[in-house]
Amino acid sequence: MSAYWPSLLGGMLLGLSASLLLVLDGRIAGISGIVGRLLLGRRAALNAAFVAGLVAGPFAYAALFGALPALTVAAAWPVILAAGLLVGVGSRMGSGCTSGHGILGLARLSPRSIAATATFLAAGILTATLGGLLG
Amino acid sequence: MTARALLRLLAALAAGTLFGFGLSLSGMVDPARVLGFLDLAGRWDPSLAFVLAGAVAMAVPGVLLQRRMARPVLDDQFHLPQKTRIDARLLAGSAIFGVGWGLAGFCPGPAVSALSTGLPPVILFVAAMAVGMIVHDRLLAGRHS
Repeated sequence: MSAYWPSLLGGMLLGLSASLLLVLDGRIAGISGIVGRLLLGRRAALNAAFVAGLVAGPFAYAALFGALPALTVAAAWPVILAAGLLVGVGSRMGSGCTSGHGILGLARLSPRSIAATATFLAAGILTATLGGLLG
Repeated sequence: MTARALLRLLAALAAGTLFGFGLSLSGMVDPARVLGFLDLAGRWDPSLAFVLAGAVAMAVPGVLLQRRMARPVLDDQFHLPQKTRIDARLLAGSAIFGVGWGLAGFCPGPAVSALSTGLPPVILFVAAMAVGMIVHDRLLAGRHS
């Protein structure tokens, strides 16, 4: 159990961040929405500020803990390319991803977000499990 | 720039930094950890469930507070999703997103945050994701949505 404290605590910071943006700015902290609108040039300065923070966050972590978070990308590059395209198209078509639907949508008890979260979790589990068995 | 616009910019930067820090602390910037949760046949890692539980637990008081407020602190009105219908686009899009998520272990937040490492596969993923978003928003959805 003790191994999962950083995950729980880190998750709580994600929820705090989403709450801050909701109460201060009046908007849902959905990362696919923020990145998508930035790419379209909508509310560019605000969305760029959030994205800059997102990239700065690991450096703040490194300042506190001495190193950037460890990270392993195991997939081959054609898989990464396909995965990126699917995540990009799918998150915009489905109006959100793990942050907007998965965190705030669930907290708001939005039926659309509950359906979306159940769907992408099921698809993710199916894909990763099949990939693990086959690859 | 008005004082309120500057404060909005700082709020977005602070919220983004807190989000990136939270992703780092929780281990979710690491796609291997995410796949450890999604891959039920491998050595299962429950971390992601703790992350989601912690995040929702802290988002609930934010939502309850928001519902008591007439307007957000730094804006004149709330900008919340108005759609309520569970339609085919929502489910198809979520399924497509889920397949991509399960293939590489990256979703948008962790992927963008992981750019901080400068690793080529992360840059490739984010570039492909950006292309996917632009293709959807400009070609598939039209400019209105």
